[in-house]
Amino acid sequence: MVDFGIQIKDLKLKNPVTTASGTFGFGEEFTDFMDLNKLGGIFVKGLTLKHREGNPYPRMAETPSGMLNAVGLQNKGVDYFINTIYPNIKDFDTEIIPNVNGSTIEDYVEVTEKLNEIEGIHSIELNISCPNVKEGGMAFGVSCPSAIAVTEAVRKAYDKTLIVKLSPNVTDITEIAKGVESVGADAVSLVNTFLAMAIDANTRKPLLSTITGGLSGPAIKPIALRMVWQVFNAVQIPVIGMCGIMNATDAIEFILAGSTVIQIGTANFIDPQISVKIIEGIELYCKQQNVDAVSDLIGAMVTK
Amino acid sequence: MKRIQDFKFKEYKWLNYQNYILTLKTTDTIAEIKPGNFAELKIPNAPDVFLRRPLSVLDVDHDENTISFYVKIIGKGTEKLGKLRGGDKVNVIYPLGNSFSINGTNKALLVGGGSGIAPFILLGRELKQKGVEITFLIGARTKEDVLLTNEFKKLGDVLVTTEDGTMGQTGLVTHHSVFSEEFQFDKIYTCGPDPMMKAIAEIAVEKGVDCEASLENMMACGFGACLCCVVETHGGNKCVCTEGPVFNTKDLAW
Ligand SMILES: Cc1cc2nc3c(=O)[nH]c(=O)nc-3n(C[C@H](O)[C@H](O)[C@H](O)COP(=O)(O)OP(=O)(O)OC[C@H]3O[C@@H](n4cnc5c(N)ncnc54)[C@H](O)[C@@H]3O)c2cc1C
Ligand SMILES: Cc1cc2nc3c(=O)[nH]c(=O)nc-3n(C[C@H](O)[C@H](O)[C@H](O)COP(=O)(O)O)c2cc1C
Ligand code: FES
Repeated sequence: MVDFGIQIKDLKLKNPVTTASGTFGFGEEFTDFMDLNKLGGIFVKGLTLKHREGNPYPRMAETPSGMLNAVGLQNKGVDYFINTIYPNIKDFDTEIIPNVNGSTIEDYVEVTEKLNEIEGIHSIELNISCPNVKEGGMAFGVSCPSAIAVTEAVRKAYDKTLIVKLSPNVTDITEIAKGVESVGADAVSLVNTFLAMAIDANTRKPLLSTITGGLSGPAIKPIALRMVWQVFNAVQIPVIGMCGIMNATDAIEFILAGSTVIQIGTANFIDPQISVKIIEGIELYCKQQNVDAVSDLIGAMVTK
Repeated sequence: MKRIQDFKFKEYKWLNYQNYILTLKTTDTIAEIKPGNFAELKIPNAPDVFLRRPLSVLDVDHDENTISFYVKIIGKGTEKLGKLRGGDKVNVIYPLGNSFSINGTNKALLVGGGSGIAPFILLGRELKQKGVEITFLIGARTKEDVLLTNEFKKLGDVLVTTEDGTMGQTGLVTHHSVFSEEFQFDKIYTCGPDPMMKAIAEIAVEKGVDCEASLENMMACGFGACLCCVVETHGGNKCVCTEGPVFNTKDLAW
């Protein structure tokens, strides 16, 4: 038996495979296709203090080996999540991890305080990297002082495992990672989507209503892998890696580059059973490579 | 319950150079499919087609275990889907979305344009079964693009408009005389290009009848996970893939 367990402070995962925020709804959308109990955890859709309608349509465009989205954090607000959605998903044997968003530091703190009260939730992911909102979002994650300020404020309001989700749209991601580590982040997850755009040459119009959006999928995988490796070497706290993971081999590459946990995003749209297949694939790899514990693979890239 | 299921390519029926009917077969059973439901197909042999492609279910045969789609070639996905060979496997997620409402309808007008005629076979069959009188109004650019009329004739009357006047009345569907004569329908169903559906929805308001439109928004998942496919309604943004694709046009804020 391969030991699959992972622990990041209060957060105990039965395996390192989780699903990325905004790509897995609230889990319920997938119950016809797979057994949610098999997952290490589910990072649920981004939450804000108040209901948000998100951006106008069109919000999506397929691009080579990936897609652009400009959803803009459409959600019914944190109270709706706590009162209406969470009761339906709390009994699954997997970690439910809310993704926390805000336009101001006060917003982030208020959402966090509400989630801190919920016994079954052991961790939150602080999203300071959403490229699709006008106020807040990525603005916090692209400068070191603001990333530190919001993390520090949320840290004071949250007792359990605090994960900070970093933006790739920065000059040096290790600086931001070190900054949030210094004020008490328990882990960093990386990365959010890359700011990008697409144009229809025939109509000369942008493909997204917001002109720019976030690029996800295999197109960004090599860049994200590099960032995971750089951050792994720069901080002491665990790194949660993602971007373009389409199969178990991709997931293993992220673990070898330094990820303690991995998140599966866009791949869920194409194969809603992919997360379970990836768990099985990692297990098989461990057996074939005579690895006793999946944690032995973290950052185990061989450089010589 | 939604399924993710492997099918095998069975056959094509090419209707013209850019429209075909694709039939897939499974050794398993096929889930119940309601008029208006759609499916998300993974396009085989096409690594450059990243996402699945949404298609309305044209027809289903529960005895033969076949499901078919009416496809218009638009870009690389629909083109590659037209090049399958014997033995090719197609993975399908279905049945997705809601369905047309039928109760209370006595005399229905089904207005379609372009690839938007696909849901009308299943809808027409169910309406007929319920004793509803059906008239199809099909709009196209030219005669060669007026498709599936033989199928529609089995279910009801068929009216046609072509922009170049090569078949039926000349002009757009909205110019058809059925709208200027005394209006005898108590329900309109429409599917096709957005401008056409909007114009039909306005006519429905004028005539004081209920109108349901089946929307074709861009989708990344098709089952409610991404929130990319929204349409603005009077009750806020709604996902076309889960709360649609069929909407009562009075609810839409388009
Ligand atoms: C619920 C629903 C039912 C549909 N039913 C049918 C049908 O029965 N028959 C049929 O021929 N077509 C139907 N369509 C449209 C069909 O999905 C598109 O024509 C197809 O996705 C185009 O893919 P492509 O790769 O050939 O084109 P490309 O232009 O290369 O596609 C690029 C991207 O845009 C999306 N896209 C392009 N055009 C459309 C469109 N009109 N609607 C939605 N997405 C689009 C594609 O899915 C893809 O993500 C339906 C769409 C929806 C949402
Ligand atoms: C449609 C869509 C919606 C997303 N919404 C969120 C969100 O609400 N919060 C967040 O932190 N990340 C969000 N993301 C980013 C993903 O969680 C992930 O960081 C990104 O997609 C990269 O991983 P992938 O290439 O595996 O998809 C979203 C991504 C997509 C495609
Ligand atoms: S297409 Fe993903 S939610 Fe509708």
